[in-house]
Amino acid sequence: MFKRISFTVNGKSYTLEVDVRMSLLELLRNQLGYTGAKQGCSVGECGACSVLIDGTPYDSCIYLAVWADGKAITTIEGVAAKNGELSKVQKAFIEEGAVQCGFCTPGLILTTTAMTESGKDYTREEVKRELSGHLCRCTGYQNILKAAEKSLEGHICTCVDSPHYKQQQEQLKGRQ
Amino acid sequence: MYDIRGYYEAETVREATELLGANPKLKIIAGGTDVLVKMHGGQLEDAELLSIRKIQELRDIRKLENGTIAIGPMAAFTNVFNDQIMKKHVPILTEAAISMGGPQIRNIATIGGNVCNGATSADSASSLFALNAHLKLQNLQGERVIPIQEFYLGPGKVDLKPGEVLTDILIYPEDYQGFGGQYIKFAMREAMDIATLGVAVLCKLDSGNFSEIRIGLGVAGPTPLRCVEAEDFARGKKISPETIEEISKLAVKSAKARTSWRASKEYREHLVEELTQRALQTAIVRAGGVDLV
Repeated sequence: MFKRISFTVNGKSYTLEVDVRMSLLELLRNQLGYTGAKQGCSVGECGACSVLIDGTPYDSCIYLAVWADGKAITTIEGVAAKNGELSKVQKAFIEEGAVQCGFCTPGLILTTTAMTESGKDYTREEVKRELSGHLCRCTGYQNILKAAEKSLEGHICTCVDSPHYKQQQEQLKGRQ
Repeated sequence: MYDIRGYYEAETVREATELLGANPKLKIIAGGTDVLVKMHGGQLEDAELLSIRKIQELRDIRKLENGTIAIGPMAAFTNVFNDQIMKKHVPILTEAAISMGGPQIRNIATIGGNVCNGATSADSASSLFALNAHLKLQNLQGERVIPIQEFYLGPGKVDLKPGEVLTDILIYPEDYQGFGGQYIKFAMREAMDIATLGVAVLCKLDSGNFSEIRIGLGVAGPTPLRCVEAEDFARGKKISPETIEEISKLAVKSAKARTSWRASKEYREHLVEELTQRALQTAIVRAGGVDLV
């Protein structure tokens, strides 16, 4: 069974007949060649297949390709500028040494990009929470967290009188 | 490729019930985080899916004129967590929503799917049980409203009759107004984990006494459950560390915990006792009472 859908990937428009059995990950990798999205666990646990759909991160392995109808999809291939210059987030990941084997990196960069583009402020706890849907088996996460915080420079709340700080302290108190 | 034989899309509830009426074998798919994973694991084969993702009216979270909160079952966990009505009136449900899965899962997994999947470990379930949530179910013949406790029949088994679609999750004003509460999820990891135990406690106070408490437990039995004995005991009792201890001991009596690879029966019972106390202590403070810790 096939269904006709239209969508964009990194700004490029596609209209095609897709097999209803196909996941968005299979469509992106096998049919369109966007192999930056990785196949890891295939059940939405590892986050390696994450892509942005209308700016929000989703696991593309458990997202049916037909659901992409009318959506704007961003993969890691679409993060750098057209002239090849890396994005602020990509640079931060390199500078902080947040990449080892690289399998989790596309997903983490996309989620971090979504955070930077949201315009919101984040506490460190919130950054950790937003990144928690990505498994990394190499780095131990410290450098990834540093890279994410560097990407969000100016949007991280640590000052003592900020509402975020108070909220964080209350949470800590609640845990004791 | 998923093992999908047919795929249909409904754009209105009416259309969904008509399609279901014509073909009762159709399996409803909402966020897909349970259905697709089951398919991947071979537990669901040769499926004919009915997607209700395009039904916009099922996504809204509203406060009705009579104070009832109506949660569209297609609201994603991220929407439940960020919703101002939820934050203001039923924070116990936003705490449950943010504890579920990870961000990418919360962005697509729906609260209605969580309920209809029928798992005792559903993160929304303990809170919805404590809130006495009611479910509005609709098929071609009409609609019915039932308490969530009657909906859960057994592990993975719910009272969704042939042709029915869950169209609203209702929380009545008498079930949330004046209550303070807390949901505690106990799991091995802080994210991307299934609850070893979930405890949702609500309480309402009356000058130093408990006027009403509600305790909802997840993973403490084949379905989520309420601790009726403990709730009855607490009514009218003075708020004190001794009462709280007694309540938490009684809560264990209602639990029907079993040993699984995640935790033993004894450990789960220990968690029920300990976490009920902790959640109740926080709930008291949030209901305007004194901090006993």
